[in-house]
Order: sequence, then structure tokens, then C-alpha cells
Amino acid sequence: MGVATYVKDERDAIKEVILQSGIKIKPVYTPDDLAAVGFDYEKDLAYPGEFPFTRSIHPLGYRSRNWTTRQYTGFGTPEQTNERFKLMISHGQTGLNVAFDLPTQMGYDSDHPMAEGEVGRVGMAVDSLRDFEIAFKEIRLDKIGSGLTINAVASVMLAMYQSVAEKFGYDKKVISATPQNDILKEMVGRGAWIYPVEPAVRLVGDTIEYAMKELPRCNPVSVCGYHIRESGCTPAQEISYAFMIAFAYIDNVVSRGYTAEEFVGGFTFNLNVYGNMWETVAKFRAARKLWAKLLRDKYGVKDKKALFLRGIFGGGGSGMTKQQPENNIMRGAYYAMAAALSGAQTTALCSFDEAYTIPTERAALLSLRTFQILMDEIGLRDTVDPLAGSYFVETLTKQMEEKILEEMERIEKVGGMVEAVASGYVQREVARQAYEYEKKLQDGAVTKVGVNKYTEGVDMEVELHEYNEEWSRQQIRRLKELKAGRDNRAVKEGLISLEKAAKDKKNIMPFLVDSCKAYATVGEMADVFRTVFGEHREPSIF
Amino acid sequence: MSNRKIRVLVAKPGLDGHDRGAKVVAHALREAGMEVIYTGLHQTVPGIVNQAIQEDVDVIGLSIMSGAHIPITRKLMDLVTTKDLKDKLVMVGGVIPQRDVALLRQLGVRGVFPGGSRFEDIVGFIKEHVPGN
Repeated sequence: MGVATYVKDERDAIKEVILQSGIKIKPVYTPDDLAAVGFDYEKDLAYPGEFPFTRSIHPLGYRSRNWTTRQYTGFGTPEQTNERFKLMISHGQTGLNVAFDLPTQMGYDSDHPMAEGEVGRVGMAVDSLRDFEIAFKEIRLDKIGSGLTINAVASVMLAMYQSVAEKFGYDKKVISATPQNDILKEMVGRGAWIYPVEPAVRLVGDTIEYAMKELPRCNPVSVCGYHIRESGCTPAQEISYAFMIAFAYIDNVVSRGYTAEEFVGGFTFNLNVYGNMWETVAKFRAARKLWAKLLRDKYGVKDKKALFLRGIFGGGGSGMTKQQPENNIMRGAYYAMAAALSGAQTTALCSFDEAYTIPTERAALLSLRTFQILMDEIGLRDTVDPLAGSYFVETLTKQMEEKILEEMERIEKVGGMVEAVASGYVQREVARQAYEYEKKLQDGAVTKVGVNKYTEGVDMEVELHEYNEEWSRQQIRRLKELKAGRDNRAVKEGLISLEKAAKDKKNIMPFLVDSCKAYATVGEMADVFRTVFGEHREPSIF
Repeated sequence: MSNRKIRVLVAKPGLDGHDRGAKVVAHALREAGMEVIYTGLHQTVPGIVNQAIQEDVDVIGLSIMSGAHIPITRKLMDLVTTKDLKDKLVMVGGVIPQRDVALLRQLGVRGVFPGGSRFEDIVGFIKEHVPGN
């Protein structure tokens, strides 16, 4: 999904191209267009690696360093996930991106009634430190960085990661983890929320504050425009919502007496790549520039590295189709190319079987090979920001910047992102656009190959990743053994201290680390917060 | 019955939080003149059944993206049977592989509409199968 709208005449000549963000593309661009948008080389572009970083955050782009490939991986038991991690690393993957099953993401242990049928299904099941000890066995935690795709209980999982690293003998200062930890976007797009908005944002603040002091190589938050875009917003809104969410987290930590400069360098972003290629490239170039400018102007950040918009720019699942699934292999390759032309430091790609199931081993490897072909054969590493100076791309980048700022203003007007999410304003906007887009797709107003045009041909049989009920039984067995064998008094004491810290508004992270090390379960720790904070009630909007 | 709007409960059972499809379909059914109640996320199956009874709906539509559609639907159909709600039209949508469609029908699901289904097909199916229409 996510393609532009084309107005054509009866002979198929394109009369108008309207990008999702609302910008119209002209048939021809000249220096006059650059003049019309007020393009200034020094101010808008400058050298790669120099403010405002439109071209790249690195002076030499991919020439000095290839991008990190980080396919989203994890399923079943920790044993299986560990095997898949090692397989992907042996095939040249350079970072991990850990998928957790839904019970873990929602703070339920594998034996909770809500977990039934879901244990190990869409990611790995984690109940306690014991599971992390298995999942990360023989992985060099000082060399490989791990994205932890978890939000509502990201604080628990970051504490768990530190605990497993220390258990394996690594110093916490050398480990690199990026918990997703973006709860506001869960409330807009992905739905894995537990606690109400305010305490949930406080938990994000606690992890940022803690990482700033104790985990210097960890990126405590990965702000996700990705899922909001998946849920239906435009590319310009994706960036503006992500920035407004980031400001909400920054403000929380600044209110504790720190300056943004001290911690904002640890922020990363998770942004989406699909749809119109030019809009995508312009989006990322505009985003890099705006982030640096806004941090400088709004928060007085001076340190160059703290101004970098870093992150994972990944090929979006919403672009993939159920119909004619082999087409998704091509789509994935073009998305990967768009990511490379956009200067992504880290990337991931939804696999061609995305619309069916979580990726099979074969599909995951194919995505990895797509990146490798691009970087090692096609020449995407040859020069930094190869589209720079294009009349079209520079004009579009300026126009995207304006659109992003317009959308940010809308959120400012309703009182900022915390308010906009609590009231359902953003959810309503996203749901409305998702519906309108779907209608256009069904009317044929936008084209999706194999879906509403060129639909002839036989669909391939997709080999499905198989779910095994036995994983759940095995997890529950291990959980029972754990509870019988651990020092239950130490667990109880740890949880009582955690509860007190949560109530007293102390930073909960050191208490979580203590509880993790005592083998308290994810469900036990999450329940402490449920007791203290209550649960989020979502506004019913569609 | 002819003046009564068709009442539909669009439900998100279980832990899956992907609600784009559910909301888009809910919106389309409302546009088609139906009364739509959306449960919101993270609902238990008994909770959904209770809501269906309280709201006196004609249709229960489950949206499931996580792959857990078989166990969840089985649980729902058991309750539909024990609570004598056989008159309710049960439909399932989401990430549903073709091979599971027959099994869902065996469980008693009348309509299965995987991602990519057209609004008119879903609306048409409901109008055709809700008694009195």
C-alpha cells in the first residue's frame, strides 16, 4: 500500500501525481524550482556529516561503514531463537532485532490464561532471566547490538538484558541494546500497551535516565514512526508524530533536571520505507535536517553527535501483499534500495511472506541477501547521498520539511503528543486515512500490482512457518521448575522494593535489575506496575 | 425487523494489537448503514460473547492477525454453542492462510474474509446472511 495517486487522461498520460503527504510532483524540475522553495546550498544541504546532516550523518556515508542489517527474528522457545540468531549471524547479519511473543510483550507469563495459544507464536517467549540465558548463549554481547522489540515492559527487558550480560561476565558499560520502548506509538498503532499514558511515559523516562548513567552504549528508546505509518498515516505525519513523541520523552527527562544534551544522543528512530520512492527519500533527508535543527533550536543541543537522527529504516509490511506473494520479493528489493538512497544506518526488511505468517528461515535469508546484493553488487556504497543536487529531490525535500512542520503544529495545537494520544486525536486521524486509502485501493483510484491491477495468474503456494503447541508446554514446564527452584523470598523482597519505588516515583530500573537477577518473572514484575499504575483505557475510535 | 439496522460487533480477541483492519472494516460497515460496536483491543472471548449478548448484535466479527485464529475461534464457538447464540452470524478476518479457511468453517464460522477482502463482499455477505434482510 502507500502509493501516490495518479490522474491520467484517456491515453494513459499522467496529468497529475499526488504524493500521500499531499505534495504534487511536477513533470520537470529546473533551478527555478529550487529558487521557488528557497533552497540554499549551505543552509539546506552542506557537506555530508555536517549540520544539518541532510545528506548523511557520516562524512563518507556507506564508504566508511556498511549499514547494519537487523532482521526481526525470534519465535518459539529461547532455544530456537538462539539457533536462528546464530544462523543469521553466520550468514553475515550484523545486529539482532529480537521478536518477543505477545504474552511477553503484554507482561504475561506463559502460563497466564491470556497467553493461551500465543506462547512463542509471533516471537520468542520470555518468562525470566533463565530464558535470556538460553537465547543469548554464545552471542558476543560486547560485539553484537540487539534491538529489543518491546514497549510496555521495555524497562523490564532492558534490565533483563543487563542482567544476562552481567551473568555472562560482560561489563554493563560495553553492551549495546536498543529496546523499542516507544509506548505512545503503541497507543496509536501497534496496540501492545498496558499502563495508562502518564505512568507509561514515566517508565520510558526512567529507562532513558538510567541508560544515561549506567548503560552508555545502549539506546534506551527507538521512536517509531514506522507503526503509525503502518496504521495508515502519511509519510509526513509519520515523521511529525515520531518527533512529537520524542519531544514528549525528552520533556519527561528534562523535567527531572537534566538537559537534552546529556541524553538525547541515545535516541534512535524506527521509520518506514514503502510506497513512492521519491517521497521516501525526501522524507528521510528532510527528517535528518529537521531533527538536528529542532534539537538545536528547541532544546539548545550543541554536541554534533547528539543531533544525529539515527535509526533503523525498514521495509514496511504494509507494502507487502497477500496476493501474488512473489511480487513482494521485488517490492522488498526496491524498498531496500530506497532505504539505501535515504542513508539508513540500520535496516530490516519485511519478508515476502509477511502477509501470511512470520518469516520462514528461507524468507528471512532472502531479505538478508537482498541487502547484500544491493551493497556488494549494485553500487549503493559508491558515493554518499547520490541523489543530492537533483532539482527534483532537493525541491521535494524542502517541501516535505514544510509538510512535517505543518503536521507538528497540528499536534502542538491540541496540546502536544501525550494529550493528542490520550484524547484519541491521533488515532482518529490515522484511522480515517487508513479507511480512505483502503477505499481508494478498492475503487482503483490507486494502483497496487496484483491486487487491483494485473491480477491474472496463479498465486504461488507460500510455505508457512509452523507453530508448535509443544513450545507452550515446554515454556510452562520451565516456568514451573523455575518457580520451584528459585529463592522465592528474594523474589518477594525484590518485588516489594520495586513496588515501593514505583509508588515513590523513584527510578525503577535498579529495582528491576535486582528482581531480574533474582529470577522474578516478567509477569510478576509487570503485575507490580499494573497494581501501582492501573491499565490504559483506549478511546474507541474507528 | 426491516427497520432495524443490522448490528455488528467488531471484536479484537487476545493480545494482538494490530487494529488497522478491524477499524477499516468497522468504518466500512458503518458507511453501509450498519450499527457497529468496536470492542477495542485485548478482549477475552467470554468478554466478547457477553458484549454480543448485551448489545444484541446480529453479527460477531473477529479480527485476528497473530496467527492464533484457530484456538481463539474454537473457544468462541464453544461459548456460542453453550450460550445458545447460534443465530448470530460469526465471521473472521485477518491474517488467515487459505488452508485454515475450511477448518474455520468446520468450527462454525460462516464467513472468512482474509486481509485484502473487498468491502462490498463483506457487506454483501452480512446482508445476505442476517435473517430479516
